[in-house]
Amino acid sequence: MTTMVATLSPKAARPLGYRLAGAFLVLVVVAAVCAPLVAPYEPDGVDFAATLAPMSPEHLLGADQSGRDLFTRVLYGARTSLIGPLALLAIASVLGVALGTLAAWHRGWVDAVVSRLTDVMYAFPGLLFVVLVVAVFGNGMTTAVVALGLAYTPTIARYTRSVALGECGKPYIDAYRVQGMGGFAICVRHLVPNMARSIVGYLVVLFGEGLMSLATLSFLGFGAQPPSSDWGLMVKEGQPAIVQGAFLPVLVPGAAIALVVVSFNVIGVRLADRMGVRGT
Amino acid sequence: MVRKLAGLLVTLLATSFVIFGASYAAPGDPVTFLAGGKENLTPEYLAAVRAEYHLDDPFLVQYARWLGDAATGDLGRSTQYNDQVFDLLMARLPSTLGLVAYAAVLFVVFGVALGVLAAVRGGRTDSAVVAGTTFATSVPPFVVATALISLFGVQLGWFPVMGGRSLWHLTLPAVTLALGALAIISRVTRQSMVEQRELDHVTVARASGLSERLIVVRHVLRGALGPIVTMCGLVTAGMLAGTVTVETAFGLNGVGSLLVNAINTHDFPVTQAVMLLMVSAYILVTTLVDLAQPLIDPRVRRPA
Amino acid sequence: MLLSVEELTIAAGGRRPILREVSLAVGKGEIVGLVGESGSGKSTLARAVLRLLPAGAAASGRVLVSGEDVLAMDPGRLRDLRASQVSMIYQDPRSSLNPVRRVGDFLTERMVHTLGRPKAEARARAVELLAAVGLRDPELRMRQYPHELSGGMLQRVVVAAALAADPALLLADEATSALDVTTQAETLALLREIQAERELGMLFITHDLHLAASFCDRVHVLYAGTVVESRPAKELFEDPRHPYTAGLLACTPELDDPRPLRPIPGRPPSLDDTFAGCPFAPRCPRAADACEEWSPRPVTVSGGSAACRLLEA
Repeated sequence: MTTMVATLSPKAARPLGYRLAGAFLVLVVVAAVCAPLVAPYEPDGVDFAATLAPMSPEHLLGADQSGRDLFTRVLYGARTSLIGPLALLAIASVLGVALGTLAAWHRGWVDAVVSRLTDVMYAFPGLLFVVLVVAVFGNGMTTAVVALGLAYTPTIARYTRSVALGECGKPYIDAYRVQGMGGFAICVRHLVPNMARSIVGYLVVLFGEGLMSLATLSFLGFGAQPPSSDWGLMVKEGQPAIVQGAFLPVLVPGAAIALVVVSFNVIGVRLADRMGVRGT
Repeated sequence: MVRKLAGLLVTLLATSFVIFGASYAAPGDPVTFLAGGKENLTPEYLAAVRAEYHLDDPFLVQYARWLGDAATGDLGRSTQYNDQVFDLLMARLPSTLGLVAYAAVLFVVFGVALGVLAAVRGGRTDSAVVAGTTFATSVPPFVVATALISLFGVQLGWFPVMGGRSLWHLTLPAVTLALGALAIISRVTRQSMVEQRELDHVTVARASGLSERLIVVRHVLRGALGPIVTMCGLVTAGMLAGTVTVETAFGLNGVGSLLVNAINTHDFPVTQAVMLLMVSAYILVTTLVDLAQPLIDPRVRRPA
Repeated sequence: MLLSVEELTIAAGGRRPILREVSLAVGKGEIVGLVGESGSGKSTLARAVLRLLPAGAAASGRVLVSGEDVLAMDPGRLRDLRASQVSMIYQDPRSSLNPVRRVGDFLTERMVHTLGRPKAEARARAVELLAAVGLRDPELRMRQYPHELSGGMLQRVVVAAALAADPALLLADEATSALDVTTQAETLALLREIQAERELGMLFITHDLHLAASFCDRVHVLYAGTVVESRPAKELFEDPRHPYTAGLLACTPELDDPRPLRPIPGRPPSLDDTFAGCPFAPRCPRAADACEEWSPRPVTVSGGSAACRLLEA
């Protein structure tokens, strides 16, 4: 998976920007959690009388071709759209940190093997690796999340490896080694916690990308399946309505994705700057 | 040079191995998988598939045969269309390549222009360009596509909404495809130029009385080109894979949409073939860019 | 007077100005030395002559080149000045040349674009100049890239380029500091030869007081942005009047001098350090309390001036 993490100049996000982005994200999370309480309708509440309804007091953001309220669907969609990237990053970071730390600690052939593996995965441009996995194991959100998790593992592994190499050189690691502490114990108890800050900073930046990738997969039909109200899937389902002049079914979820990703990027870059971290 | 070519070969082999082996990774019997997972699979049909794909041979022999066939253009038979996969690909490749070429022109011209503008003007122009490009990279291509179709296709009616092969038809898709690349290239250009501008030899040139315009073009830009050209090459390499989303969003009939279609209809031979094509193209182009480094930067050349 | 700097003050952020009321002059055929530690402002002064001021800098005073104030020139005239009247030679020749262009391009560029000479003529002149600075096989050098030449050869190229426009004034900013000792000697010999031949005025900037004293006719010593001593080279060397100059001379080892080295205590001031009085007072072995309030001004001594309160008596 080729990851192009943008190098943002700090000028582009003034303090107001961070606070705005942060507030927005909190709002989104709250909305996702409270969706059943706040949403006026059921997410799959079909109502053909309201097909492609425009914005109105009954349907705050309009309705899609099946008459389902878009505001409701967007709220419920926040759940899958946020949990998905979280899950995939969880997978990718567990595997990636493990592999990266292993490679940095043992060096030699372990390092070489890990490097070769990441090279092969990097040879697959864009989402092609994920697409291959989906082709083999079938469509579905679980497959998509796992596949993306695997696809992001090399990026995290490489990053962890370089951070770990830096940490391994520090005296306190040697001190533990001299005391007779086993490699595994040192890695788990001391190495990883010290790298945690930079890794977490990097993960925040990756979250936005993960969200976009997952939404794209759903749009292509490989991720979330109907009747889920995943934002990417919503755009896919809303496409036929465009020619009829109804833009809300695609623009509402599209805007949601864009706004959340922008917010994550703004915050992520700020965090990355603060921790002295730069993506590759 | 030889080492890089060897590396190229190794990566090609490794990735093709993964693509080939994927059919074995599938749950269940590879035969059923390769037959397209359709219902009503008679034993005779399955036997025919087994024979066609030589599934009784050892794994590595199969791989070698598959690879050899692919190299000579025999990519198997589509389970959906019952056509030769090769023919299917060839029919759709021109339109995809046209799209990629169009997008490449767009992002190179506008990306570099924006980057130069941001670097030279500085101040508010700079902030605006950076903010704009950051936003552009935060919007996934399919959202851009649907937004563009909504606005320029339906609402304003400037562009045709779906399909087609003409330049006009391909404009919106090309713009969508180029957007992410444009943001990256403008960022790289800006960064590279800002770095170059600080270098001593630029001050020396200024001190010898050259006009600012000449300095920017002859010294700053010329020195900044290395990373820019490299990045352009790398981005173009990955663009073929980007056509998957864009062609699907715009209903274009190209290699990218063929892949999506093939996966949804469990047409594995086509899937494998398209993946092989895209991955190989990517590896080849990135290696070419790597090999071209000495041409771009004389310092990398071996001494005569 | 070829170059006349009058009460030049340059401030660019920081709590004190980089240069404070600096005055010096360079006449035709004269080699004037400017000596100071890093951070003393000597490079800023040299660049000011070409109006290459640091970003956001405010300058007051005058910098007259052949009677015209550089700081007040319009852009066209300024380019003219940079192209044909004043040339500068820098410390690191390797970073002075554009690494992706050939040496020939570097030389002809100035002539073709700023002086409007035809390409063929510029090329011929460039070859001539390369030969004049002592490079063998100048035709070959023209086609080569900077990374193919050694540091010494590159510095010769830089000197050749500086001479391309027949300037009247040459600014040498630590021109030999980055070179090894042998190359340094060669480059200095070259500079001296060229200067004598063409009767150029030269402002020779260095941190090495001994070098300045032997190479220059007149030496100005710069500390914390002010000129603390300004005398003919020989006199300065034999009888330094300002404690700083004396300190500098005392802390440089010499082959035939068995005296122990006495470095100057403390460190050179940064732009955040402000001084009510004499900037050298905190480090001066002869400072009195009154020095901390005495605003430095030049006091006439034999041959020139020195800015020390103790000389005022």
